[in-house]
Amino acid sequence: MNAALETRGLTRHFGGFTAVDDVSFSLPAGARQALIGPNGAGKTTLVNLLSGALPASAGQVVLGGEDVSALPMHLRVQRGLVRTFQISQLFAELSPLESVTLAVLQRAGRGAVWWRPLRRHRAEQDEAAALLARLRFSDAEATARTDLLPYGKRRMLEIALALALKPRVLLLDEPAAGVPPGESREVLDTVAALPRDVAILLIEHDMDLVFRFAERITVLALGAVLAEGTPAGIQRHPAVREAYLGEMAHAPAA
Amino acid sequence: MRYAAEVALWLLALGSYWLFPDYLGLLAQVWIAALFAVSLDLLVGYAGVVTLGHAAFFGLGAYVAGILAVQGWGEPFSGLLLAGLAAALLGLLTAPLVLRGGELAGLMVTLGLALMLYEAANKAAFLTGGADGLQGVEIWPLFGRFRFDLYGRIAFLYALGVLFLCFMALRFLVATPFGLALRGIRGNALRMAAIGTPVRRRLMAAYAVSAGVAGLAGALLAQTAQFVSLDVLAFHRSAEGLLMLLIGGLGALYGAVLGAAAFTVAHHLLAEMTPQFWEFWIGAALVMLVMLGRGGMLGLLRRLGR
Repeated sequence: MNAALETRGLTRHFGGFTAVDDVSFSLPAGARQALIGPNGAGKTTLVNLLSGALPASAGQVVLGGEDVSALPMHLRVQRGLVRTFQISQLFAELSPLESVTLAVLQRAGRGAVWWRPLRRHRAEQDEAAALLARLRFSDAEATARTDLLPYGKRRMLEIALALALKPRVLLLDEPAAGVPPGESREVLDTVAALPRDVAILLIEHDMDLVFRFAERITVLALGAVLAEGTPAGIQRHPAVREAYLGEMAHAPAA
Repeated sequence: MRYAAEVALWLLALGSYWLFPDYLGLLAQVWIAALFAVSLDLLVGYAGVVTLGHAAFFGLGAYVAGILAVQGWGEPFSGLLLAGLAAALLGLLTAPLVLRGGELAGLMVTLGLALMLYEAANKAAFLTGGADGLQGVEIWPLFGRFRFDLYGRIAFLYALGVLFLCFMALRFLVATPFGLALRGIRGNALRMAAIGTPVRRRLMAAYAVSAGVAGLAGALLAQTAQFVSLDVLAFHRSAEGLLMLLIGGLGALYGAVLGAAAFTVAHHLLAEMTPQFWEFWIGAALVMLVMLGRGGMLGLLRRLGR
C-alpha cells in the first residue's frame, strides 16, 4: 500500500467526549480527496491530530510509511506534511513577501542562519516573489503589511505559505471559508493545479467545491468514518444522505 | 536618510564627550542602560518573550566581572567577555523553564528566578559582599595603557565602544533569517511551527544572546563603577528596562537606545529637582507617550519625519 498518509485507529477524547473515534483511513499518493461531515463531526480535530497540533489519545498517524504520531508539528512539516488553517494564521506585521520568504528559508534549512543577512538570500526571496506572483499578488500587495490586505488575499497567502514548503501531503482546512464564491473557485483552481505527486486532503463545508475538486470523498460523522467512496457513490449513499440531507440536496450531479 | 540619521546619532553620542565634559559619568550610565535595553529589545521587541527578570543576567554579569577583579584578574576585556558568557549560559539554562508554560507562567518564572538570584547574592556575602556591596574592585588599564580615571573619560569611551559594537552585532543579527524568524514567532508562533520551525529552539537561542548582552552591560557597570551592589539584581532594574523600551519604541533597536538615554537623563534631572517625587514624572511621561501613539519616541520621530 503506497499511502502518502494513513491513520490507524486514531482517537481523541476531550474529557468524556470523544471528538475523533477510531478513525482509520488512507490518503494515496497524489490523491485529490475531500473530508466532509456535518458541523461537529470532528473534522478540524482530525486535522489537528494529523498535523500534530493536538496529541492523539490513541492510534497512529503514518506519513509515507513512517509513524509520526509522537512527532511535534514542526517535525511533521519537515517531513512534508503541511496544513493550512480554517482561521488564517498569518504574520500580521510582516509582508506576504517576508512571510513566504520565511517559509522558503525554513524549507531550505536556512531558517536559523545568523551569519548572513537576509538581503544576501536572493534565491529564497526570488522564489517567494515568484510564488506570490503566480498566485496573482501584485508587487504592491506582496510588500504591504499583511493585516492591511483584503480578506481574499489573506486566504491566498494562507495557501502560499503551505505551497512554499513544497509539501508531499497537503491538508487544506476550509481554504475558501468566508471567501466570496467567485474568488473561492480561484482558490481551489490554484490547489487543483498543483503537481500530481502532492496528495491533497480538502476539508470543506461547501459541497459545490467538494464535488468540483475531489476524486474520492471521506464522510465523517460523530467523530467516525461514516462512508468513503467516489463522489457519485457518496451522493447515493443512504447513511450519508440521512446524516447530511439538507446540504446534499444542493449538491450538483457529479 | 536613514543612514544619515544613524551616523548623526552615533556622532552625537561620541560628541557628548566634548559637549558635556562634566557629565561623563552620567553618560557612561546612559550607554550601559542602553546596552541593557537593547538586549531586552531583542527578547521582548523582536522575539515577543516578555520578562520581568532580566536584571538577573545584568547582575550576574556585574558580579562575575567584579569578583574576577577582586580575586586578582582585573583585565577589562577578558572580564567583560567571561561575564557575558556566564550570563548567556545562565540564559540558556533557564530558558527551558521560562518558555515552558504560557506567557503569564513564563513571566512569573522570570520574576522568580531573578528574586532567587538576588537573595542568593545577598546570602553569599563571603563572595559578593552581600548588602555592603562588593568592595575592592580594581580594573586594570584598558589595553594595558588607559587607566580608568576619576572624571570617567575612559569609562565613557569604554562603555560607548562596547555599546556600539554590541549594537551593530545585534543590528546585523535582526536582519538575518534568524532575526526574521524571531519576528515571525512574535507574530504567530503557531504558524511558525506550521512552516516547520522549531520555535522553542529559536527562542532559546534568542534568550541566551539577550542574556549574554545584558551580562555585558552589567559587567560594564561593575568595571566602570569599580563597585557592585545588590542593586544590580533588583527588580526595579528589570522594570526600568521595560520602561525604557516602551518610552523609546519596541522592536527597533534604536528605540531602546533613545529610551535608555531619555530615561537615564530624566531620572538624573528629576532626582535633582524633586528627589522624593521623580518617579511620578517618569510615570506621567510614560502615560503621555502611550497616549501619543504606538512606537514610543522612535514612532514619534518617524511620524514627524514624514
